[in-house]
Amino acid sequence: MRLTQGTFSFLPDLTDAQIASQIEYCLGNGWAVSVEYTDDPHPRNTYWEMFGHPMFDIRDAAGVMSEVTACRKTFPGHYIKVNAFDSTRGRESLRLSFIVGRPAIEPGFGLVRQEGPGRSVRYTTRAYATERPEGERY
Amino acid sequence: MRVLDDSKRAKTGAARYRPGVLKYAQMGYWNPDYSPSPTDVLALFRITPQEGVEPEEAAAAVAGESSTATWTVVWTDRLTACDRYRAKAYRVEPVPGSPGQYFAYIAYDLDLFEPGSIANLSASVIGNVFGFKPLKALRLEDMRFPTAYVKTFAGPPTGIVVERERLDKFGRPLLGATVKPKLGLSGKNYGRVVYEALKGGLDFTKDDENINSQPFMHWRDRFLYCMEAVNRSQAATGEVKGHYLNVTAGTMEDMYERAEFAKELGSVVVMIDLVIGYTAIQSMSRWARRNDTILHLHRAGHSTYTRQKTHGVSFRVISKWMRLAGVDHIHAGTVVGKLEGDPNSVQGFYNVLREGRNPQDLQRGIFFEQDWAGLNGVLPVASGGIHAGQMHQLLHYLGEDVVLQFGGGTIGHPMGIAAGATANRVALEAMVLARNEGRDIWNEGPQILAAAAKDCAPLKAALDVWGEVTFNYASTDTPDFVPTPAVA
Repeated sequence: MRLTQGTFSFLPDLTDAQIASQIEYCLGNGWAVSVEYTDDPHPRNTYWEMFGHPMFDIRDAAGVMSEVTACRKTFPGHYIKVNAFDSTRGRESLRLSFIVGRPAIEPGFGLVRQEGPGRSVRYTTRAYATERPEGERY
Repeated sequence: MRVLDDSKRAKTGAARYRPGVLKYAQMGYWNPDYSPSPTDVLALFRITPQEGVEPEEAAAAVAGESSTATWTVVWTDRLTACDRYRAKAYRVEPVPGSPGQYFAYIAYDLDLFEPGSIANLSASVIGNVFGFKPLKALRLEDMRFPTAYVKTFAGPPTGIVVERERLDKFGRPLLGATVKPKLGLSGKNYGRVVYEALKGGLDFTKDDENINSQPFMHWRDRFLYCMEAVNRSQAATGEVKGHYLNVTAGTMEDMYERAEFAKELGSVVVMIDLVIGYTAIQSMSRWARRNDTILHLHRAGHSTYTRQKTHGVSFRVISKWMRLAGVDHIHAGTVVGKLEGDPNSVQGFYNVLREGRNPQDLQRGIFFEQDWAGLNGVLPVASGGIHAGQMHQLLHYLGEDVVLQFGGGTIGHPMGIAAGATANRVALEAMVLARNEGRDIWNEGPQILAAAAKDCAPLKAALDVWGEVTFNYASTDTPDFVPTPAVA
């Protein structure tokens, strides 16, 4: 399967030039860009690991791209995403979040059903990869 | 103080309260010297007086009948602070380009309204006055709510920002589709459409306004099959997905029962129709807030009173009421689709729903500055006759914080429902990517879509089938204003 979280996952993987151009757009809007990675891509896993803090003070895309490259080198088999944070009052949240690195093989998720009364079902979504310990998944 | 003739001047003292009939202006409901207080509720009406009725008297009548007046003088007024409780028509001006019609500005004291009740607000402002004989027609165009009043409402239970955080979807419009045919599918077949559309790339699917609990599909069956589809598609994509489960029913008890069941099944969203009424909407908003559920509102029935320019209530006012009442989604027009929607009017509705503060914007039909005082935004929904080939226009007109709903444009795809969903998602992501890169999507949109279709057969098929489909009809609900000459 292909994990389709993030703003651009239905497009072919973005080239570095395309990623830099999106970062340029974010910096132009005054947003702080950050890099995060995980080997637990569950749809409700809100807290991916931070590859450093949001880069509040880096204002050029090349600087951010070097962090993306460093993260890919350190975690070649993980999911990696770029986030852009907008601190404007009333938003104070992400404005863009897209995947820039993914494992070569994505085994996806299984769905566990627990049958309940009245034909109701309790569902559990489980990544096949997370059956192994952290760091040994992809 | 300007000089008024006797028929327009408020009488004072004993003359004001002599038994009999006075003109509304003489009773004090027309006051051109009144300067509205920052705590007043303001309303702008479009009035069409009967022949021979002065516009000031018609405006005074509207102010009177929507506040304290009755048709004759009553001495019991004198037991109250009636000068304060009387609404004041304070300004009347001709509607540009529409002879016989006038804009009437009316100010209401805050104490005329119960805190936190749209039912009370609307019973006052539109309760009695729309059938009033001296008027041929009457339309409520806009309202301004003071911060003190806004703060008596809890507003949208989730809001745009938190909804995006819960769904983990940022930087692009959300995508949805209404299941079609809207009537007749069994629960099992209905869930199939939901599964295919969500797996193919949509974020949401939706019950239609009149899907409740009919002989062909009981509500409980629908909920079970739809949640199976939602969970299967989540596992297939790794994304959070939702189906707007319509809990509209004949009684509040039934609606609560259905909403509770949706919650137990783990649905992120429930849906209601505007026709359930303002109090029911506010009750469901409280329920949604208590249960961390997104509340989707379908504006079923609104066109009966919003569409015609001379009579009814503008959808801009309904948008404001619904933001106060507290819904997270509301259908607010597409501009380019099959349903009524002038670009400026629709953008005005969107701004009212989404922005923290609205400046006066006559071009978009916004007459009053409105500060929303921290109230969450409502996510507008664009639904009805839109397709992937219009993606650049949709993004241009409607921006990013919107749900684009492609019902026919997903389910009618020649390669199937999942392919239809993929076509829409690819078109959307390609357009957002291009816009962020600084490209001129308004002019280059068709080329951007064609390039994206090279990597995506479903998008190519969608463009081949629907690329040329447009709905170009004149809008009936357009703002009336005189453009201010640009400063050279």
